[in-house]
Parts: sequence; C-alpha cells; structure tokens
Amino acid sequence: MKLTVTDVRKSFGATEVLRGASLTVREGDLAAVLGPSGCGKTTLLRIVAGFESPDGGSVRIGDREVAGLPPDKRGVGIVPQEAALFPHLSVARNVGFGLPRGSSGRTARIEECLELVGLAGYGDRMPHQLSGGQQQRVAVARALAPRPGVVLLDEPFNALDRSLRVSVRDEVRAALKRAGATAVLVTHDQEEALSMADAVAVMREGRIVQEGTPASIYAAPCDLGVATFVGEAVVLPAVLSASHGRDTVSCELGDLLPRRDGVPGAGNRTGGAGNGTVGAADGRPGTPGADVTATAGAGTVALRPEQFVLRAPGEGVEGLVERVEFFGHDAAVTVMLESGTVIRARTRGDLPHRPGDRVGVAVEGPVLFFTG
Amino acid sequence: MALRRVPVIPGRTAAGRARPGTAARRIPAGLLAPAGVTAALALLPVGYLAVRSAEAGADAVARTLLRSRTLELAARSLGLAAVVTVLCVAVGVTLAWLVVRSDLPGRRFFGVLAALPLAVPSYVAAYTWVAATGVEGFGGSVLVLTLCSYPYVYLPVAAALRRMDPAMEEVALSLGRGRRGVVLRQLRPSAAAGGLLVAMYVLAEFGAVAIMRFDVFTTQIYTSYRSGFSRTPAAVLGLLLVAITLVIVVAESRTRGRAGYATRGAPARRPPAVRLGVAARAGALAWSAALAGLAVGFPLAGIGYWLADGSSAGADAARLAEAVAATLGVAAAGAVLTTALAVPVGIIAARYRGRTATLLEQSTYVGHSLPGIVMALSLVFFAVRYLPAVYQRWPLLVIAYAVLFMPAAVGAVRASVLQSPPVLEEVARSLGRGPLRAVGEVTLPLALPGVLAGAALVFLTAMKELPATLLLRPTGMDTLATRLWTETGSGAYGAAAPYAALLMLLAAVPGFVLGRRSLEEVP
Repeated sequence: MKLTVTDVRKSFGATEVLRGASLTVREGDLAAVLGPSGCGKTTLLRIVAGFESPDGGSVRIGDREVAGLPPDKRGVGIVPQEAALFPHLSVARNVGFGLPRGSSGRTARIEECLELVGLAGYGDRMPHQLSGGQQQRVAVARALAPRPGVVLLDEPFNALDRSLRVSVRDEVRAALKRAGATAVLVTHDQEEALSMADAVAVMREGRIVQEGTPASIYAAPCDLGVATFVGEAVVLPAVLSASHGRDTVSCELGDLLPRRDGVPGAGNRTGGAGNGTVGAADGRPGTPGADVTATAGAGTVALRPEQFVLRAPGEGVEGLVERVEFFGHDAAVTVMLESGTVIRARTRGDLPHRPGDRVGVAVEGPVLFFTG
Repeated sequence: MALRRVPVIPGRTAAGRARPGTAARRIPAGLLAPAGVTAALALLPVGYLAVRSAEAGADAVARTLLRSRTLELAARSLGLAAVVTVLCVAVGVTLAWLVVRSDLPGRRFFGVLAALPLAVPSYVAAYTWVAATGVEGFGGSVLVLTLCSYPYVYLPVAAALRRMDPAMEEVALSLGRGRRGVVLRQLRPSAAAGGLLVAMYVLAEFGAVAIMRFDVFTTQIYTSYRSGFSRTPAAVLGLLLVAITLVIVVAESRTRGRAGYATRGAPARRPPAVRLGVAARAGALAWSAALAGLAVGFPLAGIGYWLADGSSAGADAARLAEAVAATLGVAAAGAVLTTALAVPVGIIAARYRGRTATLLEQSTYVGHSLPGIVMALSLVFFAVRYLPAVYQRWPLLVIAYAVLFMPAAVGAVRASVLQSPPVLEEVARSLGRGPLRAVGEVTLPLALPGVLAGAALVFLTAMKELPATLLLRPTGMDTLATRLWTETGSGAYGAAAPYAALLMLLAAVPGFVLGRRSLEEVP
C-alpha cells in the first residue's frame, strides 16, 4: 500500500531529531531512506512502525491514518538490523508468528513465504542453525507472511560480511518484488541505496532533502552536501558566467559545461518541508533547460571520478600520477595537478598508467555547479 | 546467620539511550496491576509496624525507646555488629590478598574453602559450637558470626584484587613507595561494601545469637512477642531496628556505586604473585588453614560426631520425615508465590523507565533491609487483627517468604529479561501481538531459565529460614530449622544432629555453585 509521511516532527528532550520529515512511497516500490548516522532515519522508521509516537505530523498507510495506533494494529512488517529471529522457535514458527493460529492455509502461506526468499524446506531448522544471510531472509519472510501494508527494513545488511551482502541484497530485493510489497529500506550506505531501491530519499538533520530515482539523485543532486554524500566527487572552487547565450563554469580544469538540470529543482521536488513524491516515473532526469535558477557568480563545481579522462601530457591540465588502484574491470588513478589539487579518476583497467607518469587531465560531459 | 539472603543491587536501568525498548512508554495495565499488588505486599510489614507504633501513641513509643533496657539492647546490637564487621574485614582482606596475590601454597584450594562458610547456616554453626565447647554470650556470638560472615568481605575484595591493574603497584614501587598503600586504597570501596553487608546481616541475625543466649534487638523482639502482654514494645523495637538497618543499607548502596567504578574493566594482564618469606609463608598457611578448619571443618566434624555418637539414633525417623516434608512443602509454595509476584515487577524494572517503574522496583527491595523477625512480627499483628483466618496457617508463612526473598527473585527476573533483546518484542508487536502477549510469547520463554534459577534459589533459601518460620508456622508444624532450634534449646544436641546435617546438605547447593565459580577465577 502507499505510504505517506507528512511533516513528522519528533524531539527527545532538547534534541530535535525530526524537523518536519515528509516522504511518499508508491505502492509496490522499494524506497531507500539514505542518510548519515544520526540524521533521524531510524527514528522515522520507528515512528512509521509505531514504536515511537511523533510530536506532530501524519503517517498514512493506504488511506488509513496510523499515527495514533499501537504497532500491533498497523499492519507494518519490520526486518531489524540483525534479523532478530525468535531463538526459541523454529524457522517455520518464526515465519508463521504473524499468521492467525489455526487458520486454514497457514502452513501453505509459511511454505510460500519461505519459497519467496529461497529457503523452501528450511522450516524445521532452528535459527542458530542458519547462516547470517539465511537468518536475514527468514526475517524478510516473517515480515511478509501476514501481507503487511508496508515492510520496513532497518539497515538489514549491516551485520553481514561484505562478500555476502551483495547476494543477500539481491535475494531480498527479488523477494520483496515477487511479493509486490511496498517497502522502505533505511541505510547509510549510498551504494546499497542506489543499487537496490526504485526511489531514494536523502535525509539530513531530520528532514528529507531530496527524493528521486537513484539515477536522478546521483546525476542531479540538489546541493553540494547531497552530491558528495551519494557519490565520490572532487570539489573545486569555480565561477559561472554566461556569454553568447551559453553558461560556462570556469575552474582550474578549464572551462566546463554546467549540467543544465544539475541545479536545484530539475526533475526533483526538494526542500525541507517538501512533500515530494518518490517514484520511478517522476524522478527521471529533468529536461534540459528546465527551471535553471543558478545565476552567474562564484561557487563550487563537483566532478565525478568517471568524468575525468587521462590523456597524454600536454592535452588538458598537466598532472603527476601518484597512485594506481587496479580493480580488474576498472582502476582508480590518483593524480596530483600542478596546482597541488589531487583528483581521483576512474579509468578502464587496461590503461597503462604507472605512479610517476605525467598525464594530461580533461573533463568529459556536463558538470555539477552549485552557487555559494 | 539465619537470614542468608542474596545481596541484590537495587537496579538502575541504563540511562541515556532512547532506543530500542526502554523508551519512557506507558506501562500496560496488565503488568502494572499485579506489580502494584507485589509492591503493596512488600511494603505492608514496615507500613503496618509504623501504623501500630503510631496507634500506641507518642508517649508509649517514647517510653519504650527511652527505657534503659532499650539503650542497653542498642549498645549490645551495635557493639556486636561493629566487632564482627571489623573482624570480618580483617579476615576477609588478608585471606583475599593471600589467595589472589601471594604464592601461598594451595591457594586454589583455600580460594574454594574461603567461600564455603556461606553454605553453613549461622544457627547450625552456633549449634555445633555450643554443643561441642559450650561457648556462649558475646564471645560465642562474635566467633560464630565472624566465621560465617567473612565471605561477604572476602568475595568482593578478592574480585577487586583480581581486576586491579598491576601497573598501579609498579608505579608506586618505582616511585619508592611500598605497594601496601596503593593496594589498600584500591580495596577500600569493596571492603567497605562487604563490611556494611556484614553489619546489616549481624543486626538482622536471630538464630545464632539466640542459641548463644546473647540478648540483642531481634531476640528481645521475639521474647516480648512471646510474653505477649503488650505488643507495642515489640513493634517499637522492630521499627527502631528497621531504621538502623536502613541507615546501613543506604551507606552500603553508596559505597557499592563507588566500588563498581573502581573495578570497572579488566586489566590487560595478571599481576605476578608476591613471594612470601619462609616464616611468612608458614604463618600464612597456618592462618588460612585455621580459618578453613574453624569455619567449615568444625561444624562438619561436630555434626559428624553427634551423628556417630549414637545419641541421635533415638531421633524419631517419622518426625524427621515429617519435618522434611513440611520444609519442602512451604519452601516450594514460597518459591512459587515469590516468583509469580516477582515476574511483573522484574519485567517492568528491565523494560520501562520513569518514576513508577523505579518506585515499584525499589519497594520490593524493602525485604532486603527487613530483619526476618521484624517482618514476621508485623505480619502476625496484621493477621491477628484483619485476617484471623490465615493466622497460624501456612499461607501467612508463604507470604512472609515472598516478602523476604522478593529481592532475589526480582533481581533474577530483571537480569534474565534484560538478556532477551527488546527488538524481539518489537517484532512480535509488529506481527500483531499486544504488549502483554509479546512479553508472554517471546520474552518470558527466553527468560525462563534465569527465572527458574531465581525460583530455585528462593526455594533453597526458604528451606533454611528460621525466625519468620518460628513465628508464623502453623501450630504443630515443624521445619528442619525449627526442629533444630527446639532440640538445641533443650540441650538435645544428638537429636538435633540429623536436622543440622540435612540443612548443611541443602545449604551446600548454592555454596557449591559459588565455590565453583570462584575456583574458575583463581589463577
């Protein structure tokens, strides 16, 4: 069901944790709330689940206002950080915990949910006999079993090994999609948010500051903070000027083309009290030229590692290769420019750079410019 | 001592973290109501004693308080407590240092023995000393109570010594100072806490001092209740004793806070053992061996002697069986009631914060500072006036056990509920369970082993209880403890031996567990 959180506020004592957070998740979507630790994302999740009561604002699941309801009357499934399976119950009884006892089809539903997470036939095991990833999948099956309106996942992959995390992520996403569940994933890991979610909401200091598709958030962050949080970037001082009807961003890497939609507003509705919609259709990168509001003047430019192109010395800005990290499919090359600025470029893995090489650095494609 | 109650740290919920599970939520009525009953029951004895004293009027109270007899009793009680406490600190600290820090031969063995006196009920020890040597009065009381109580100092001091950072001593030595000053300074909080615990138990002691015929508050309360002319003096004396005990409880909880601070964290390494000279070693060995012999060996040998002597052969087997059955019955009922009453309070203490939660929890700790004889007396007064139907019936005795041993049971429930993560309850809530059902279906099953261990401890402790049982037992019913009391009182030491042997056996169970734990800790 559709989840609508409007202007929710919450303070613990003198600490204001949520300052009017708003979020909309469309039915069937997997949305990620992405933010650094302490931004209030877990509190937001606990308010949706009913474990904390908000000081103000509304929480609607489908058409029902749930802000005043206890957790057991909300129809919200939760997947906590470390699975938190009931250790005294078998896998099947864990999954069946939320199903009415003695109801017909209970056993069938348990089997169905275990199948959904790829653990058919594990019903008789005890939780401690499962691996961490399997436990997490059982927790997802348990949350899905009573067909909740919304499933909430609180950093569910944190406790897992790095190597395991990617595969469990895929399996959990697949299970949620097969079940057609509306889900909210809370995480501080931008890679996790961008790769898993249909929609991403970036949270900062108690507010949702930007909502959109992963691609639009990455390509068109609303401010420098979001730009550097959702991905690596080299940040340099720059000046924006308009001449011959064309905008130009000048920085030490030359005159660059600003991304026309790389300014606040394009394709994303943003802002603290905004009640923007997170949805695959709405968040498409904005049409070029759409409400460009940046005015000429000084500001900063954010350059993504994949925008740098390393050429022969003499082409572009001269630099010295300091370090090469080879990953196979690609490589990261750290280059110190003559000015002393250090950049990190993503290049194809087969390019033959060595520390000590002289290279020319150029920038490809439109860049992100922020005033101020 | 007759009142071997397990020291319980009045619990404080970890403050600060707002999530998960310990938020200042409203306590559901289904928990609040039974917890309220428990708290009321726990507060009843002290409350009613105050009411009775107030009813008697200020004049009567003042008259009792100012009698020269009262002052004399106060001097005797406090004097006994002071002397025993000082001796226990001296014995406990030296023994702990020898076992933990010196190269005393057989220190593992002495480490185990040092905790064992906890397993000897003090009135059983008193019986063996009286029966074998005829010591009595102040000297006899000091001897028996010191030998039974020094583990209360030994255990925390030994623990503190084990956790002490050897770097401190090394720094002191490198600065040209001796190690003694540093060590003693570090031990002061734990020794003080242990000493105050000893003082508290000595003030509440009844059986051993009565057997030693040394008159103190508790024995006087018993006598004046028995003589039965006016009950006001007994009530006033009881209240006075509670007041003195409370002062000590408060002081003890203060030092405990500091002791906890001083021993936080484990040191990176074990300090090297201090080498004793030849003479010092011989002296230390003799001292440790003598203590072990007097505190554990002597009572065992005494009971063994009387059992072998044959004069116990005349003991009536049917009577013994009857006493065993009665003891098991009331103790089991007491354990069940205590645990049932403790569960809601323990859950609230573990899961909720706020004034109500604190108040409920702390009220159940009143039993901790309430001498058994005073509590029993108050229940007698209350029952005679309001509940004549249960006066001198077993339910009243079972209620008395519940009030006395509530602190241990609440502590056990609280600790085991704390071990079950609150997030499990939240998951259960999200899956449609109300607050009570979430606790019942998830938290309680997980906490069950700890709760049962608490119940077992109450059961074992209740079987040894003497003063409350003496006052509240149904007419004609005898437990092992009261039979031992009666036989000793009439000088039938041989007839008392089987009861003493059985009580030692029962008491050895938790003592064995304690001893094993300290064995694991000794290097």
